[in-house]
Amino acid sequence: MARSSKNDQGQRPTITVSDGTLIPLKGDKGVLSAWNISFFGAAAILIALPLLKPEPYSRIIPFARDGIVVTLLVTLASIACALAIGLLAGLGRISHFKPVNLIATIYVEVIRGIPLLVQLFYIYYALPPLIKVAGLDRFIHLDGPSSAILAMSICYGAYMAEIFRAGLQSLPKGQMEAALALGMSRHQAMRKVILPQTIRVILPPIGNEFIALLKDSSLVSILAVSDLLRRGREFASTSFMYFESYTVVALVYLVMTLFFSRLVAMMEDKLRHHGTSH
Amino acid sequence: MEPVIKITDARKSYGTLEVLRGINLEVKKGEVVLIIGPSGSGKSTLLRSINRLENLDSGEILVEGKSVTDPKSDIRLIREEAGMVFQSFNLFPHLDCVGNIILSPMTVKGTPKAEAVENALNLLEKVGLRDKAASFPDQLSGGQQQRVAIARALAMNPRVMLFDEPTSALDPEMIKEVLDVMTDLAKEGMTMLVVSHEMGFARAAANRVVFMDQGEIIEESTPEEFFTRPKEERARRFLDHIL
Repeated sequence: MARSSKNDQGQRPTITVSDGTLIPLKGDKGVLSAWNISFFGAAAILIALPLLKPEPYSRIIPFARDGIVVTLLVTLASIACALAIGLLAGLGRISHFKPVNLIATIYVEVIRGIPLLVQLFYIYYALPPLIKVAGLDRFIHLDGPSSAILAMSICYGAYMAEIFRAGLQSLPKGQMEAALALGMSRHQAMRKVILPQTIRVILPPIGNEFIALLKDSSLVSILAVSDLLRRGREFASTSFMYFESYTVVALVYLVMTLFFSRLVAMMEDKLRHHGTSH
Repeated sequence: MEPVIKITDARKSYGTLEVLRGINLEVKKGEVVLIIGPSGSGKSTLLRSINRLENLDSGEILVEGKSVTDPKSDIRLIREEAGMVFQSFNLFPHLDCVGNIILSPMTVKGTPKAEAVENALNLLEKVGLRDKAASFPDQLSGGQQQRVAIARALAMNPRVMLFDEPTSALDPEMIKEVLDVMTDLAKEGMTMLVVSHEMGFARAAANRVVFMDQGEIIEESTPEEFFTRPKEERARRFLDHIL
């Protein structure tokens, strides 16, 4: 490797940047890794604050707790729906059937071209009158949380669709051909051969989308959903303790995202080593 | 007796390029036929048309009397009868060797798992890889992967085996192990259509050599005759290049 060649010729040290081996590895090994410092640091501060300064922190943290639950529920419900939508739209994007392909492509293009915040406003404020005009208001009632989940599912579904499409297209053509040549139907080949392999390829980007969605879920606080950010804002506006409130909110988000990013990294590792170790 | 494969006036073009220009070919039961020819001569396209991985523009292909080219026929039934081995193996990397072999019998034919696994182990024994049953494709050499791919195709009990340049992606020292398996298969009476330049295999196992060039069959003869006394000028020139 390039690294050893530097020391071999002690006389004139040369730096050879050939294959990236001289670029320091991501600081994620050992006790003092970036992740350990950030995660345990943030967690320690969250635990220490109410002990060292009970007023106001021992009041803020229990107040924010309900918000954490709402944030997680909205995130999990949205990611589950977004995955289902993304899979369908992703399959539509590679479909040979023109109308399906066109619809899926339009969906992806349109949704990715509109900011999530605008979509949230649209579904929460602009859609209900439309539903009423259509006479569907007896069946469909969009309150804050359901609007939030609907909007985030539709939005992230479009991004997921592109991830699924890229994943499905990244497999060699021979995989589908081999499955077909063995007598499988396209549907069977998809389910037993293509999708299981796709999942390995797309798990890292899906994990990233999950964490992005967790953070974006703070946008739903504008729809009267009592998520973490909104609870923090409520506490701040009644107590006027902005610094303290938003410090807690930021730290809790940080602990959650770091926790999940580590979880995703561990799952990737496990999938990589399962069976296909080199 | 009805031929296992009967190809009548097969034609196909990609744009202005005619890759198959009226191919007629019959393969009888138990026959081993080698298709040889320069690259771009249409050999692989012809082979892939037999289980409709490619669609012909015109002409007819019958496998066991059933039409491949009729869009109304259920191609899946024909594909079950025609096992295919690819140049790039195309094993399923997320499954171990047994998993690769049992997938299609279980999915397509509904074979119970115990029976499928037993059959898979017998097939692995046959290709000399019984001890690799639980290995994944990327833990195997190219030659081993191709032998597993042959076992996988055999698991569907095909009437005919199609080989599309089965040794072209292999290092020289691995070619023999694959050819040995194919030779054994030929001796057992399997009907085989093989696109390959392997002369040793042709001499050891083939009944007939078909030389193709520019989408046409130029010459058909026994391996001995073809390699020692080719009749056509184009075949002679081709042999000069590869020998």
